[in-house]
Amino acid sequence: MQELITRAKELLADGTVARVLGWKIGDMPYNPEPAYFETVESLDKFVYNGFCGANLSKYMIEASKLEGKTLVCLKPCDTYSFNQLLTEHRVDRDKAYIIGVGCKGKLDIEKIKKTGIKGITAISGAEMTDACDTLEIDTIYGKKSCSYADGMLERCHVCKGKEHKIYDEIIGESRDTADGERFAEVARIEAMSPEEKFEFFKSELSKCIRCNACRNVCPACSCRKCVFDSTKFDSAQKANVDSFEEKMFHIIRAFHVAGRCTDCGECSRVCPQGIPLHLFNRKFIKDINEIYGEYVAGAEAGSRAPLVNFDTEDAEPSIVNER
Amino acid sequence: MSVNNEFRPKIVAFCCNWCSYAGADLAGSSRLAYPADVKIIRVPCSCRVNPMFILRAFEKGADGVIICGCHPGDCHYSTGNYYARRRMTLLFSMLDYIGVEKGRTRVEWVSAAEGVKFSDTMNDFVAKIKGLGENVRLGDLRCKN
Repeated sequence: MQELITRAKELLADGTVARVLGWKIGDMPYNPEPAYFETVESLDKFVYNGFCGANLSKYMIEASKLEGKTLVCLKPCDTYSFNQLLTEHRVDRDKAYIIGVGCKGKLDIEKIKKTGIKGITAISGAEMTDACDTLEIDTIYGKKSCSYADGMLERCHVCKGKEHKIYDEIIGESRDTADGERFAEVARIEAMSPEEKFEFFKSELSKCIRCNACRNVCPACSCRKCVFDSTKFDSAQKANVDSFEEKMFHIIRAFHVAGRCTDCGECSRVCPQGIPLHLFNRKFIKDINEIYGEYVAGAEAGSRAPLVNFDTEDAEPSIVNER
Repeated sequence: MSVNNEFRPKIVAFCCNWCSYAGADLAGSSRLAYPADVKIIRVPCSCRVNPMFILRAFEKGADGVIICGCHPGDCHYSTGNYYARRRMTLLFSMLDYIGVEKGRTRVEWVSAAEGVKFSDTMNDFVAKIKGLGENVRLGDLRCKN
């Protein structure tokens, strides 16, 4: 982290960049928040650790409209989102100075709390320069510890790889964290009977409070005008009133990013109700891979997304009934 | 007086202006029969059908939704139906994933010369929806009665 701060200070001081987009220390040890730093002094509040899960690529849409370059810290998975935004002409490559930051997996505070650790006052072992094997946690009830892997976000267990797809320089080491099957949960649901599927999604989606956090955080959801803000949309700006509205919101949200979703997992990370929203996005990714061939959104800038493309030999929609 | 309690499904058919709507017209002028349960909505192209149209049709009480367009390669706008085909495949797969019965949605390619195919398709689809029964999984309860 010190190397990152020193480099950012250098670039800010010599005028290469006008501001730094990173994370600043939050009010708790586990909630750093995305922030702009415009002066060298303000960078003292800069932080990069295991809790910096936020994908900063979406902030670059606004930053691309500002004067001068913005230094942005992107983790390997964030570079996919940046590439996708670049493909859609939503960000300006010339306005970004990308530092690819190393990643050893990001932590989910809810998972840590679920292991029974409450009243956290300090956490060590989450610095990206550490081995990141064990978390030493000080709580008001004494010292506790937790294995790093147990506290990791779901998305890090099915990581796409630690290679930065776009960057100007790389600082910090990465470690492979993938130890799960990415589509296992989707396949498990697919194998259920229609009744079971319906009950599963009803129980999950009925938790939705329509806070729109999943939409607001999604780097693929970047329309200036959103259908969910239209007064003509049935469940605009209010809580869902029945199971249909819950489903409609989530189907449409996932459909609008189908083929463009890089599976960065931000939707599930920010959901205050803990709904596994990535299951919708991943279902579309799985279908696209199986029916139209393997496609990784954001793997390279300029590739054509499956839903804005076609092949004359494409399968007929009735294929769904045969699968 | 006897009351007919037979289930009459509500079917929404999105027909493209250039082929399928004309196909439906031909079915009518050829005096081919198909059930009155099918309500046709004319759209400029099958590609105009937004996934929201389909969800909203179900919300408002439809039991089945069918999308009809020009045969692939014959689209009035050259390529519209190719895009529609991909979109509908993914949407139907998603509906299956959240537990809506397979078969409530369908895509058929019907040209302006295929009046017989139009009536056959509609007869078949209505029979299928009758078999599946009322749509309870994707309805807004406020719209029922």
